[in-house]
Amino acid sequence: MITRQRVALRLRVDPVACDAYGYCAEILPERVTLDEWGYPIVDGTPVDADLVALAIRAGAECPRRAVLLERVTVNR
Amino acid sequence: MSAVTLETNDRLLTVRPGGGMGPDLAEHLATHGTLSIPARDDTDWRTGIQRAVSASGLLGRGGAGFPSALKWDAVRRGRRRPMVVVNAMEGEPASAKDRVLLSYAPHLVLDGAEVVAAVVGASEIVICVAEDNRTAAAAVERAVTERMRAGIARRRMSVRRPPSRYVAGEESALVSWLDDKRGLPMLRVDKSVPLQVSRRPVVVHNVETLSQVALIARHGPDWFRRVGTPEAPGSTLVTVSGAVRSPGVFEVELGTPVVDIVRRAGLETELAGVLLGGYGGAWLHPSRLATPYAPGPLSAVGATLGVGIVIALPVGSCGITETARIARYMAGESAGQCGPCVYGLPAIATDLEQLAAGRADSAVLERIRARATAIEGRGACRHPDGVVRLVRSALAVFADDVAAHAQGRPCPGHSAGSVLRFPDGHLASRRAS
Repeated sequence: MITRQRVALRLRVDPVACDAYGYCAEILPERVTLDEWGYPIVDGTPVDADLVALAIRAGAECPRRAVLLERVTVNR
Repeated sequence: MSAVTLETNDRLLTVRPGGGMGPDLAEHLATHGTLSIPARDDTDWRTGIQRAVSASGLLGRGGAGFPSALKWDAVRRGRRRPMVVVNAMEGEPASAKDRVLLSYAPHLVLDGAEVVAAVVGASEIVICVAEDNRTAAAAVERAVTERMRAGIARRRMSVRRPPSRYVAGEESALVSWLDDKRGLPMLRVDKSVPLQVSRRPVVVHNVETLSQVALIARHGPDWFRRVGTPEAPGSTLVTVSGAVRSPGVFEVELGTPVVDIVRRAGLETELAGVLLGGYGGAWLHPSRLATPYAPGPLSAVGATLGVGIVIALPVGSCGITETARIARYMAGESAGQCGPCVYGLPAIATDLEQLAAGRADSAVLERIRARATAIEGRGACRHPDGVVRLVRSALAVFADDVAAHAQGRPCPGHSAGSVLRFPDGHLASRRAS
């Protein structure tokens, strides 16, 4: 059987760099919530296609550059 | 643990502790036999060692339990000459095995380091002993000098003294101290990428792991597997303390029932529980004392080998109070880099202190559990995860006491003394009641 694969994006936070600005949770509440101290809890499953643009923006707008976007290979 | 007793007639610890240090190089070689390490890269020898250590099933003894031989290939492949780092930091306050090994079998540790250095093609061996551990540092310094004089040290060997902090011995923190003196854990996105010092790949091994490598290089994997279980072969060092007559370091076969390990140190009373692994380990319920001391069976009851710490908690002590002390200590030992650890650990410690004192509000248990879930897996290193594991195990193992404390009825053990050990002057030791 042939499994088709595609490349997807996954969110990750660098906890050392993160300073709890919280922009990521504002930009992408579908994937990021904040804990009681304001630090992001991210959903690490592949980001759906319709949220990719927002995920990239969340990464770009983080003042600490703490939002990492990892490329992962997933089965279709 | 001022007076360390240790068992003899074992594999790793073969001398009876007397007045001085032991053994010197001649005694070491008389006990264990010579070990020939090729001066240049020798493919047959190298693959032989790699096969032997893989076949032995040796798992790292520094806490993570990673298969030792798997660390070598990634380091060998680099363009720059690798460095071997001997991790003798032993930041766990209740652990003494690494300092005992360095004091009583320093040449065995250095043999292991030389073997690994030859396998990975390293040009330098760095032995890291915590700043406050003068005895172990003196022992290893002496052994290094002896090897230099005897002309058997094939590589540059030096002893370095990083600060004595709990997380300073975490692999990436240790490497970061060697690299730029920061000494903080690093976020490792891909753990198969080797750590580096001055852009040279580094392989880090615990002291006990290297001693085991030195023995396997001499006697082979079948010999190693003669003790222990098929899944968890070999022997290991444990540091037993708490409610026992003779606290100290013991060499035990993997698979030994936990209760037998405690008995070897002279079990005195009925136990309320046993702390296994370390301060980021887990409590074992007294009904589970027959559990074999090996990774598989321990993980089935939520516990871990960790760095071989075994602390007997006597009936009459309060497991919640003891756990609160550890949580406060661990909160203070955060490297201070990651928010969930910086804020989460003190919050959980406060929750536990209130629970221990019977002064908590009705939502305290729910809050502890929610905070544990929130913190888990969100640090760059595993420091917060260890606390989470310990706290969860405390809520389960001391469930009856937890319920009583939560209803404002703290057990009498709350004001009893502690069986735990903390570095002098630490906050946790002052908050004893």
